[in-house]
This record gives sequence, structure tokens and C-alpha cells, in this order.
Amino acid sequence: MGLLDGKRILVTGVLMDSSIAFHVARIAQQEGAEIVLTSFGRTTKITTAIARRLPTTPPIVELDATSAEDFDLLSERVREHVDGLDGVLHSIGFAPESALGGNFLKTEWADVSAALQISAYSLKALAVAAQPLMPEGGSVVGLTFDASVAWPKYDWMGVAKAAFESTARYLARDLGPANVRVNLVAAGPLKTTAAKSIPGFEEFDGVWAARSPIKWDTSDFEPAARACVALLSDWFPATTGEIVHVDGGVHAMGA
Amino acid sequence: MAASEQEILAGLAEIVNEETGIPASDVQLDKSFTDDLDIDSLSMMTIVVNSEEKFGVRIPDDDVKGLKTVGDAVGYIQKASA
Repeated sequence: MGLLDGKRILVTGVLMDSSIAFHVARIAQQEGAEIVLTSFGRTTKITTAIARRLPTTPPIVELDATSAEDFDLLSERVREHVDGLDGVLHSIGFAPESALGGNFLKTEWADVSAALQISAYSLKALAVAAQPLMPEGGSVVGLTFDASVAWPKYDWMGVAKAAFESTARYLARDLGPANVRVNLVAAGPLKTTAAKSIPGFEEFDGVWAARSPIKWDTSDFEPAARACVALLSDWFPATTGEIVHVDGGVHAMGA
Repeated sequence: MAASEQEILAGLAEIVNEETGIPASDVQLDKSFTDDLDIDSLSMMTIVVNSEEKFGVRIPDDDVKGLKTVGDAVGYIQKASA
């Protein structure tokens, strides 16, 4: 019996097979879930090709994280494929080049606001858009990178992740009465397509090599993806507003 | 049997044409993807993913950076599928 037998899960953020979301979708299918993916615009072609590499090829619905119309239409589009949802994976993030890589003091508001809208506000937009599909409740899971401290190069994406983490707590408060849980997985550094676009990303490798009590492999997506699947399952029924660290233990070490 | 350079070039040109509309005849070995063909990073990702499927190879992100010209990509695919 699978951990997600009979569950219907919406998975955002599958771009390449080096996306964390790809591995969440893969493991979720292996654990019995029915998956619907989202993609948008020109990236849909890539997602379509990559989706064929999953155990079962899932349908894809359009969702641009900057489009209020897409969020309005989400439940309708998802209902074309499944009759409701039991869970949602948020794996959406973006910061313009000027907002990353050591330019913190010079980044303009327009670029900061884009990072905040797509990387933080989209969690609220997605959860609210998906809620009508979860009348009995469900699980919303998102991916963060520990935003309680400052990191090299991460800059405004770090600020956006702090806003994202706070957004998850407020959503947990406001969606809890509807039995919707909202939790995050704070993964250690992983060599995703998104991460590789961060200039200086390799600096994180050294931090983890020096500080992680459990050996951390930046190319192993399995630990973070499994944690997401566990949080999407029925095995955390009274956990919400939580951040589960899947970082080899770095967050708990002083040095 | 592994595909020849010409077969890979023809297949790649077809993928580039589908993604960008660039005539397949313009996709020549000495052409740079960015400078000559004006292909952006998103289109390049699509071309890579479709090439992986068509030729049954894997092209890791780290290697994509080294594929500056059509000839680089053809050579890479030929070697990877040999």
C-alpha cells in the first residue's frame, strides 16, 4: 500500500528532471497518487517533455504565478482532470538577475517586487485558488531555503523566502479551520536548474561540507522529495505552520 | 548502429526549427546557438530536452554550457550515443 493511495495532488514547478518538484511527482506516483502538473507559457513545452519521464504521464494545466486570471481559472482547469484535490505542492520561485549574486544594496524595487510576488505571494494565491478543490481539507506543501539567516549571494531571494515562510504561517492560521495544513520543507542546497542560475551557488557546497552532520549530497533530490510526499500524506494530520528541515542537520549546528 | 554526423545534424536542425522557426538549412555545424542563431536559454533548454528524447542521450546542465555551436552539440550527441 502506498503512502498516497487515492490522493490527488497538484504539483507546480516541474521544469526539468533536475527540479525538486519532478522528484516529488515521481515519488508521489510511486506511492499511489494521481498527479496534475502546472506549467506556463513557453516552459510548458519543456514540462510536457519532462512529464513523459514520470512513471505515468500526468496532465498539465496552465498556471502563470503572476496571472490573477490563471489563479481564478485554476480549479476549473484542474477539474477537467480530477474531481478534487488532497494536496498541492508549491515549487515556484523567481528573482531577476539583479536581485541575486551580491548586488543586494543596489537592487531596485521593481526587481524585488517581482521576486516577492512570484516567490512568496504565489503561495497564498495558489492555496486560495486550490481550496475549493479541497472541501474536506488537504495539505499544502512548499519548498524553502532556510530564511532565518543571511546567506552568501542569495540576497533578495532570501528576503522573498522569509516572506514565503511567514506567508505559510499565516495561511496555516487562516486555512486551519478548513482542515487545510500548510507546511514547508527547508531543503539544503540542491543542484536544480533554478539553483544553478544563482551566481555563486557553489559557495553553499563548502558550507554544507563543513557543517552538515549527515553527509549532504547536492545532487540527491530524494530526501527533500520524500519529506514533501510525507507531508502530503495522512501521516502529519495535526502538523501545520511547520518548517521541516531536510538539510543534513545544518540548521541545528552552531558551527 | 550509432547515427552519423549528418543524421544527427538533420535531426537537431528539425528540433531547432520546431522550437524557433529557424529554417533547418540555417542550422549548420559552425553556427553559434546564441550569437548566430539568436536562441535564448529557454529555447535552448527545450532543444536539449527534445534532443535527449530523440537521440536517447543525457545532456547534463553542466555540459550544456560547453555546447556553444551546433557542431559542439552534434559531436556531443554522437559521442554520447556511440
